Amino acid sequence: MIRVVLPAHLRNLAQVTGEVSLEVDGEPTQSSVLDALEARYPVLCGTIRDRASQRRRAFVRFFACEQDLSHEPPDAPLPAAVAQGSEPFLIVGAMAGG
Amino acid sequence: MIGLLSTVFAATTMSFLSVASHRVAAPARGDLMTAVRVLVGTRKGAFVLTSDAKRKEWEVDGPHFAGWEVYHVNGSPVDPSRLYASQSTGWFGQLIQRSDDGGKTWSPVDNHFEYDGVPGTHQWYDGTPHPWEFARVWHLEPSLTDPDTVYAGVEDAAMFRTVDGGQSWHELSGLREHGTGSSWQPGAGGMCLHTIVQDPSAPGRLYAAISAAGVFRSDDEGQSWRPVNHGLKSEGIPDSDAEVGHCVHRIALHPDRPETLFMQKHWDVMRTDDAAESWREISGNLPTDFGFVVDIHAHEPDTVYVVPITSDSQHFPYEGKLQVFRSRTGGDEWEALTEGLPQRDCYVNVLRDAMAVDSVDECGVYFGTTGGQVYASADSGDSWEPIVRDLPAVLSVEVQTLA
Repeated sequence: MIRVVLPAHLRNLAQVTGEVSLEVDGEPTQSSVLDALEARYPVLCGTIRDRASQRRRAFVRFFACEQDLSHEPPDAPLPAAVAQGSEPFLIVGAMAGG
Repeated sequence: MIGLLSTVFAATTMSFLSVASHRVAAPARGDLMTAVRVLVGTRKGAFVLTSDAKRKEWEVDGPHFAGWEVYHVNGSPVDPSRLYASQSTGWFGQLIQRSDDGGKTWSPVDNHFEYDGVPGTHQWYDGTPHPWEFARVWHLEPSLTDPDTVYAGVEDAAMFRTVDGGQSWHELSGLREHGTGSSWQPGAGGMCLHTIVQDPSAPGRLYAAISAAGVFRSDDEGQSWRPVNHGLKSEGIPDSDAEVGHCVHRIALHPDRPETLFMQKHWDVMRTDDAAESWREISGNLPTDFGFVVDIHAHEPDTVYVVPITSDSQHFPYEGKLQVFRSRTGGDEWEALTEGLPQRDCYVNVLRDAMAVDSVDECGVYFGTTGGQVYASADSGDSWEPIVRDLPAVLSVEVQTLA
């Protein structure tokens, strides 16, 4: 089970409180986690990744295990602690946004 | 659709039995059931302001979509309970929200705005070619005849349309691809399609205005387009009377005289009487003819309103006095309307989508400021009062006349 923490605006859109838990087949990556997130909450399509290019939006960051994963390749495996569910995958609005 | 983002506010006690569309039908004189609903988009959410026909006491609902930029909220003229809102942030991009109950509750609809084909380039701020990139929806214009059909004006400039109530959007790419697109350049606000006007007397006739490209007209429901800017003269472009390149800020049409349109350009207030085939200047005695808004009285096609702004480099009212100017002669001769408006130390702006008129017997006029005030006049502009004065910066104002 992958744990995902959304920023407040996206929690509102998805109508969730607290963390989201997702089942992801195989070794989890940014892409597979975001695919699973968007499949569960279609309203989030386009809010984290550009709809056409599937690239991370410029003012969104991905953190986990005290690391900035924003510039990792989308298909790179996420840290083992995220894959095991002991640490969450954090989707964060950049400090420069808003 | 899943998800109702906004808080559900207490229902108003009024029951709207039937609804007159914007500017089209005036209710019977003295009809106490008449009401108005003002739809306000701001930098940090949307607000819905309601009043009876006296327009003295107001209920304020909001913020809806709190914390998001709401460039525009607009209602269907044929089903005024049907509203559409453009919601965006730099963080998370664009959403479109729809309400089927007059703005009490909202649901997100499709937010996928994909240009047709390979969109090519336009001019960037520095004059170099720059690829078309979707940024946001500036303006939503519901069809005059079908509540499920809505035109959307977007940045980078293009027009999209939904015919299924927002479940899917498709570009009307004949506009972007008609031939001059590679020479369009951004205005200070971005390269946006900000104004969409439908001609109620000529089904299929649409106008679009783009900063900084100009006005374009379609006579076939948006399939094909051509620039209609003859008579416009602009400094800041190499050829001052070029076919395109003009920073048109706003155009307005009165349904009783649809061949006539009024324009507030970057500089110059303009008028056409031949469906935009040719334009002439009507700035007359305005203290400055820079500005953003222009609108027309609901019942008097020759009564026009503008809010002069000092200049392109000073986006605030002339001499710090917030003044609406009204012409009763279709331009050239203008009078300052000041009663109830601050006449000193006022340095707000009034943005292009932030003026509207209702169609109550005594026409109401509304405008919002970047200082968060929404001013209303219930007497055609003779006197003004703020409905609210401390909202986030106002980006857009629309009004629905409900009977």
